Amino acid sequence: METGDLHVLHAKTVLLATGGAGRIYQASTNAFINTGDGLGMAARAGIPLEDMEFWQFHPTGVAGAGVLLTEGCRGEGAILLNSNGERFMERYAPTLKDLAPRDFVSRSMDQEIKEGRGCGPNKDYVLLKLDHLGAETIHKRLPSVYEIGVNFANVDITREPIPVVPTIHYQMGGIPTNINGQVVIQKNGSDNEALNGLYAVGECSCVSVHGANRLGTNSLLDLLVFGKAAGNHIVEFASKTKSHKPLPADAAERSLERLNRLDSTTSGEYAQDVANDIRASMQKHAGVFRTQLAMDEGVRQIAAIRERVGAIELKDKSRVFNTARIEALEVENLIEAAQATIVSAAARRECRGAHTVSDYERPADDAVAPLGRDDANWLKHSLWYSEGSRLAYKPVKLKPLSVESVPPKVRTF
Amino acid sequence: MEKRTFHIYRYDPDKDAKPYMQTVEIELEGNERMLLDALMKLKAVDPTIAYRRSCREGVCGSDAMNINGKNGLACLTNLRTLKGAITLKPLPGLPVIRDLIVDMTQFFKQYHSIKPYLVNDSIKPEKERLQSPEEREELNGLYECILCASCSTSCPSFWWNPDKFVGPAGLLQAYRFIADSRDQATAERLDNLEDPYRLFRCHTIMNCVDVCPKGLNPTVAIGKIKELLVRRAV
Repeated sequence: METGDLHVLHAKTVLLATGGAGRIYQASTNAFINTGDGLGMAARAGIPLEDMEFWQFHPTGVAGAGVLLTEGCRGEGAILLNSNGERFMERYAPTLKDLAPRDFVSRSMDQEIKEGRGCGPNKDYVLLKLDHLGAETIHKRLPSVYEIGVNFANVDITREPIPVVPTIHYQMGGIPTNINGQVVIQKNGSDNEALNGLYAVGECSCVSVHGANRLGTNSLLDLLVFGKAAGNHIVEFASKTKSHKPLPADAAERSLERLNRLDSTTSGEYAQDVANDIRASMQKHAGVFRTQLAMDEGVRQIAAIRERVGAIELKDKSRVFNTARIEALEVENLIEAAQATIVSAAARRECRGAHTVSDYERPADDAVAPLGRDDANWLKHSLWYSEGSRLAYKPVKLKPLSVESVPPKVRTF
Repeated sequence: MEKRTFHIYRYDPDKDAKPYMQTVEIELEGNERMLLDALMKLKAVDPTIAYRRSCREGVCGSDAMNINGKNGLACLTNLRTLKGAITLKPLPGLPVIRDLIVDMTQFFKQYHSIKPYLVNDSIKPEKERLQSPEEREELNGLYECILCASCSTSCPSFWWNPDKFVGPAGLLQAYRFIADSRDQATAERLDNLEDPYRLFRCHTIMNCVDVCPKGLNPTVAIGKIKELLVRRAV
């Protein structure tokens, strides 16, 4: 980025630790740089993206700003209130209440807002109440939360509640890998053929250890465990591999094409305008509560926006630290992650974890799909291929390596 | 809708013989809370304006810059606190790569020179190296540094000797490890700072304390290191 120089890097192993794609949504707890770059690279290389329909909405993002208020708040005793001052989670999850799983709390909050019990002039958020914890506890255990309240909501949380809404936070899906962190693809009759030399770790990967919904803190655990596993495997692989595979003469072609296209534009749309349309569409069609109608419309809209990505204009063609060029290239990654998400979501006709579709909701005692989860037909991983935007599926690994299998149960609390 | 005037430091080494100030006026919609929000609107009008940014919540340190003469983070600077025209310049003293983007190499070199990691070669315990709540308290006001460089680039001593004086950020982190009950390299860390320049160019000017966006106090930390050095000498 600094010099604008182009380099081709030829390595025995490549590890992608490029993070998630939270910026495909309008309201996100994520940094601006989380644009799914590793996912875009993998998708363009023909590697499928796994389980992209499963996105975690974190219940407590500051309304408007999107900045995250840690779940630790609720761990310390903070509670969610609707416009009636009611601790509504007592109704939705009598046992776990405000500490129910994130997708469940997010849906409960969304439900309260939909049913008219939201707060504020537009009744579009709920409140997180912390003042009862006492100023000392707040300053000692949640100091950064206090700062966020002051900076982003003009609220002193030791005295008043803070507006929160479910905000996109984490992608459970990503580049498919095995437990060595090696990227796996469907090849030679196998659903999980390891690609020698390519690894993915962290939010950009899908081992899958988070399934359809991730528990708090488990992303850190994921990084530590599989980061180390991949590191160990890379050391072993690199020392066994005597030489690099020869680099094809046209190795840089496709990348050069993308750069040259941008550098020769004289008209077109501004990158962030296209990106904002991706975000608005995803927020509307692949939100906390999904409907088949909305998702199908999303598929159409995202496909239409995809056409516009190829016509983005780069006004700044300079070499040195050109951030406009970076942002334009990032939109090409955003669209891959967005399309993977909406297409996978529209195809999955059930409710599972973070993917809840009101058309398929069922009571807990439903014979076929308790709480909407249809294990007979849908206990499988989605795989989205960029070329042709097509879907495939692979079975879920149900047998752990060293402990007894844990059979899926109905999720009630 | 509100019109705001910005004076922005511009420099593209490929195009400009030398840096210049560019005046831009934009119409803000009213939903922009922080300076970073306004910068993004500026970039939509002129995509060639270059600046670093990432977290937008004051934890990554990317968007430190000189705002109306004072260093700070664009994402934590509320527009309501900036009256009149807004002058944006890169952090002072570090080489400018382009516009508001500086070369942080010297800053990070000083940071790495104080060995910013725990040194404890005793036998690894089964689980964590334990620490009492009181011992952990000692790290408050030290661990929160986000390495934004607002402090070091506001320090005249750092301007005059960036290669010899460690600077407030590096020294704050030096004390962070000296103060950590789990670290065993205190003697070496103090030896590392015992020369006329590395620590002792601090003359308690305190610009660092004035600008730290996280409210940290490098001068107090540096004072504590000075005290440790004096005590072990007598």
